[in-house]
Amino acid sequence: MSPEVALPVIIPFIAGALSLIFYKSHAAQRWIGVIGTGALLLASIVLLYNTYTQGILVMAMGNWPAPFGIVLVSDLLGAIMTVLAAIMGFGVALYSLPTISRDHEAFGYYPLTHLLLAGVCGAFLTGDVFNLYVWVEVLLVASFALLILGGERAQMEGAIKYVALNLLSSILLLVAVGLTYGLTGTLNMADLAVKLPQVEDQGMVTVVGMLYMVSFAIKAGAFPLFFWLPASYHTPPVAVSALFAGLLTKVGVYALFRFFTLLFNQDVDYTHEILLWMAGFSMITGVLGAAYHYEIRRILSFHIVSQIGYMIMGLALFTPLAIVGGVFYIMHHIIVKANLFLVAGAVYFMRGSYELKEIGGLWRTRPWLGLLFLIPALSLAGLPPLSGFFGKYIIIRAGVEAESWGIVAVALVVGLLTLYSMIKIWAEAFWKAQPEEHADRAAAFEKRLNDHSLMLMVIPILSLAAITVFIGLGAQPIYELADAAAEQLLDPSHYIRAVLGEAP
Amino acid sequence: MQTIMAFLIGALFAASIYMMLRRSIVKLVIGLILLSNAANLLIFTVSGLTRGLPPLIPEGAALPEGGWADPLPQALVLTAIVIGFGVLAFAVVLIHRAYEVINEDDLDKMRSTDT
Repeated sequence: MSPEVALPVIIPFIAGALSLIFYKSHAAQRWIGVIGTGALLLASIVLLYNTYTQGILVMAMGNWPAPFGIVLVSDLLGAIMTVLAAIMGFGVALYSLPTISRDHEAFGYYPLTHLLLAGVCGAFLTGDVFNLYVWVEVLLVASFALLILGGERAQMEGAIKYVALNLLSSILLLVAVGLTYGLTGTLNMADLAVKLPQVEDQGMVTVVGMLYMVSFAIKAGAFPLFFWLPASYHTPPVAVSALFAGLLTKVGVYALFRFFTLLFNQDVDYTHEILLWMAGFSMITGVLGAAYHYEIRRILSFHIVSQIGYMIMGLALFTPLAIVGGVFYIMHHIIVKANLFLVAGAVYFMRGSYELKEIGGLWRTRPWLGLLFLIPALSLAGLPPLSGFFGKYIIIRAGVEAESWGIVAVALVVGLLTLYSMIKIWAEAFWKAQPEEHADRAAAFEKRLNDHSLMLMVIPILSLAAITVFIGLGAQPIYELADAAAEQLLDPSHYIRAVLGEAP
Repeated sequence: MQTIMAFLIGALFAASIYMMLRRSIVKLVIGLILLSNAANLLIFTVSGLTRGLPPLIPEGAALPEGGWADPLPQALVLTAIVIGFGVLAFAVVLIHRAYEVINEDDLDKMRSTDT
């Protein structure tokens, strides 16, 4: 019994309830936002430390023993994801203070963020398939409401696509859960890992696996199911975009990693071959979409799709090194991608637009912001010594060892094209002069910006950039962490023994 | 009974997909409603239909007598109905607001955020 496993779920719920109690007082909600996410960060770091030192931690909810009750399980992958979610939550909570308008606060921005974090952490920690569906719905409902905060036309259009496709994916997940129960009579993941290989009709198991794959691939935004993502991620307030970009698609990726290592590893040739194609096309379509656009947030949204490809590639190759690479890549990507959105937000509050054609001259006025942009941007493209280089290096090396030359070539070319997109943002927003016809707006936004709110924006950007540099320069401990996580993923017996006890 | 249910679920899925592929946002939501009902019926059916055998344990015994209906899928369906209801309530409000803001219920005319 390890109560610390439940803390990352309980803390955001308490914080969300408290912010509802102080619904009228925005100042109190802001304090609760910062303190609540800070507490979440502490709790998740403790959880990761305990998981690393003591092995997989399990907590049976309501003390019902494992295959019958719902369990929360913290293995290394789950704990790592929880820490990343908490870092994101804390950073975005700070960033929200100056950037979220009073109107948005009045419509419950803070309670919704806490609810979103609770759903995300719950999805990372649950050990029960149906419970995963419930957490996914919790985070979806919160994300729906956050997405339309403000109610502009673009947000409505984006939200309709986002809501429709994500509901479709949830219902597919529900159908798959029902079929799983029909096949095996259990929903506990560890118990399923034991019982799924014993099912007589293995063809049916693969069918159910495919249903899960489609459902989670929609959530992860993988090819060919990603169209909701670039249609909606650039519409909400930028703090929300950053939170979504960092966390939501990664819930889908996490679930793919969990399901296609622990549960559906019987027909690897078939399922992981599909994943490999999915990965390759995600990389290419994402990066080409980004190359076409001239709106910062749209460029970044498309890059989410392309980066998801790298993570799925790690899973699809299914060698120990590839899984290590996938886990490493997730860690690097969440930090970097959210940071890029935060920088994009800072650019907006200095120039009044996200359109690259309408802005410029930032290097002249604020060279430090240029440097802070370059760290995550070059890391995303995979330049040494930043974190992205090691993520790409491990995955590509695994591809070479598996002799999958096609996917290796794609990964390398996409890395170059990513660099092109990042240089495009750099050259347009920072290097070229501010276009004359939009100079008035830029001056007006500059005047509105005060040092206090600028500092609150820069603190999370600077911290995330520092983490990126740290992952790059101190890659060895992070690699060891990813290695240990991958070892647990590839040998499901650890997980099964931790949940079900010695004799399953 | 299983066969009839299978056909019913299949028809519901087909109808919902058809509705979701229409261009009107109202029909899109109707499609989602049908889809969630189809999924609930599917869970209920694949876990075995048992009539008239409630899983009640008689006084002093450890197990119910004879066969019994599995209560877990019923709990699952109940949860899924509640969640589905909440989410669909949101979807209905969303299309109402969207119609007010955009003044259009044709999905083909909502392309400004597409790529």
